[in-house]
Amino acid sequence: MSKIIEGLYYSESHEYVKVEGNIGFIGISDYAQHELGDVVYVDMPEVDDEVSAGEEFGAVESVKAASDLISPVSGTVVEINEALEDEPGLVNKDSYENWIIKVELSDESELEKLMNAEAYKAFIGE
Amino acid sequence: MNNVYYGKLIFELSKEGRRGYTLPKNELAQYNIEDLPAHLMREQAPALPEVDELTVVRHYTNMSNNNFGVDTGFYPLGSCTMKYNPKINEEMSSLPAFTGLHPLQDVSTVQGALEVYYNLQTSLAEISGLSEFTLNPYAGAHGELTGLMVMKSYHMSRNDDKRTKVIIPDSAHGTNPASAAVCGFDIVVVKSRPDGTVDVEDLRPLLDDSIAGMMMTNPNTLGIFEHNIAEIAELVHEAGGLMYYDGANLNPMLGMCRPGDLGFDIMHINLHKTFSTPHGGGGPGDGPVGVREGLEQFLPCPRVVLDENYELKIEFNDESLGSVSGFLGNFGVIMRAYSYILTLGKENLRMVGPLATLNANYVKESLKDCYELPIEGVCKHEFVFDGLKDKSTGVTTLDVAKRLLDYGYHAPTIYFPLLFHQALMIEPTENESKETLDGFIEVMRKIATEASENPELVKGAPHNTPVRRLDDTLAALKPVVTYAELAQAE
Repeated sequence: MSKIIEGLYYSESHEYVKVEGNIGFIGISDYAQHELGDVVYVDMPEVDDEVSAGEEFGAVESVKAASDLISPVSGTVVEINEALEDEPGLVNKDSYENWIIKVELSDESELEKLMNAEAYKAFIGE
Repeated sequence: MNNVYYGKLIFELSKEGRRGYTLPKNELAQYNIEDLPAHLMREQAPALPEVDELTVVRHYTNMSNNNFGVDTGFYPLGSCTMKYNPKINEEMSSLPAFTGLHPLQDVSTVQGALEVYYNLQTSLAEISGLSEFTLNPYAGAHGELTGLMVMKSYHMSRNDDKRTKVIIPDSAHGTNPASAAVCGFDIVVVKSRPDGTVDVEDLRPLLDDSIAGMMMTNPNTLGIFEHNIAEIAELVHEAGGLMYYDGANLNPMLGMCRPGDLGFDIMHINLHKTFSTPHGGGGPGDGPVGVREGLEQFLPCPRVVLDENYELKIEFNDESLGSVSGFLGNFGVIMRAYSYILTLGKENLRMVGPLATLNANYVKESLKDCYELPIEGVCKHEFVFDGLKDKSTGVTTLDVAKRLLDYGYHAPTIYFPLLFHQALMIEPTENESKETLDGFIEVMRKIATEASENPELVKGAPHNTPVRRLDDTLAALKPVVTYAELAQAE
């Protein structure tokens, strides 16, 4: 059973957004890290890059596969999780604690298109 | 490892001063080595192993016994068509009259080799229902790139420079988007329906005058024939795009169905899959590219053509996209494929597809009560299970694959295609007897039983191989690829 946290927003491509003020912490769900297996590389954008909802902003590579990271929201990257550069496996340890990028949201209404915890739980069939 | 001592690394067998060679008399002894410029001199001797001949022979013979190949046992690696490579192919390609040729020899002295090349070109054109082939590209993905360059040349020749996108199904081989990206195209993904085939309704809105073409493999990567192919080709053509056929899954079509007749304009063939040339250790392969009538002039140079006097010539032409390889591709591989086609002949070549399909369906139907079959119905040459039916034990597809090694089988392809999370992709090929398939089925069923009764046994596999389960994660994070790095790591 995957860990799903209440209060977060989830996308169909298994990214989540945790919102604090106008900042969104974006990472991959526990379900996604589990399906990917051991993550060996996280490809991240740079600070000040623009990301758009539904567009790719990086990739996670595991021993099984490489998967694009699709941004659930639009905005400007204000911080990247540099710890993942040296230790990508942190994503497997706790994918919610170890977010990938922090984005300043440009359109908070986009959040309404995402799933809440309950809907995401149903989406992954758990 | 058959012999623990000789199975060590050759460097570990090294003893100072030991040697297994004698050098010829030094003819340069009169020169003073000090006269050489200092920056060209080595500062220290190279770290070469010092071993006697017998040690070398035993070391490498032991190593070779740990290889697993199609000559050793069943190799059901889906998507790769690991068919048997008949030994007559080797015999033909090693004929001194061919191996002794030089690519810069005068054309009049290599008419025999050019005849082989020309005949294979025309055979492939007939088999695939297209107009002309080039055998120059070195492998499948190189063929894809070449084919896409033909697509680009075609649009550019009509001054249609808006076409920057290529449509690729979400189930495609990873090489498709990679080749399209290398060729400078943007990639548009079209979704699959629950049965794994392209969703025509999802395709329609993607089609406009920015589309250069669409890449497909048929049967697709799930081994399912794309029944809507005629409609898809018509829609893409109406939008002004070209259809590209990824020949990786050509095997089940051989003699039954031709890509050209399905509406494809450009395709590549993996000679090392469908036409029984060795996969080798990453090469050499050959990836011939074929085109329909009207696109021949864009094929890469040099081309082998027959002139009005029935003499074979090597030709360069201005409209061609240029050269993609040195000379005329991997000739030894071309020779093997030609030998395979002539050995089977037209009638037997027709049996390849049906037998490959029969074998795949036999294995699928015999195992679907213990392995999860996500797409029911008749498959072509390969099929995909989504792991074990009983997932409660936590035994994964990786564990099943590792356990197969204990029983002396090569593992199937795992975790591809990405559509199913526990994908286990099996392709038996047409070569295997019913007895071999029954043996494999029995072992797969046994592993399913082990997974329920003793899951730790399967999770800990392999138990009988020279090396146990390797740490994939560590290998990806901190690869050690040389002896020097290994010595350092220890």
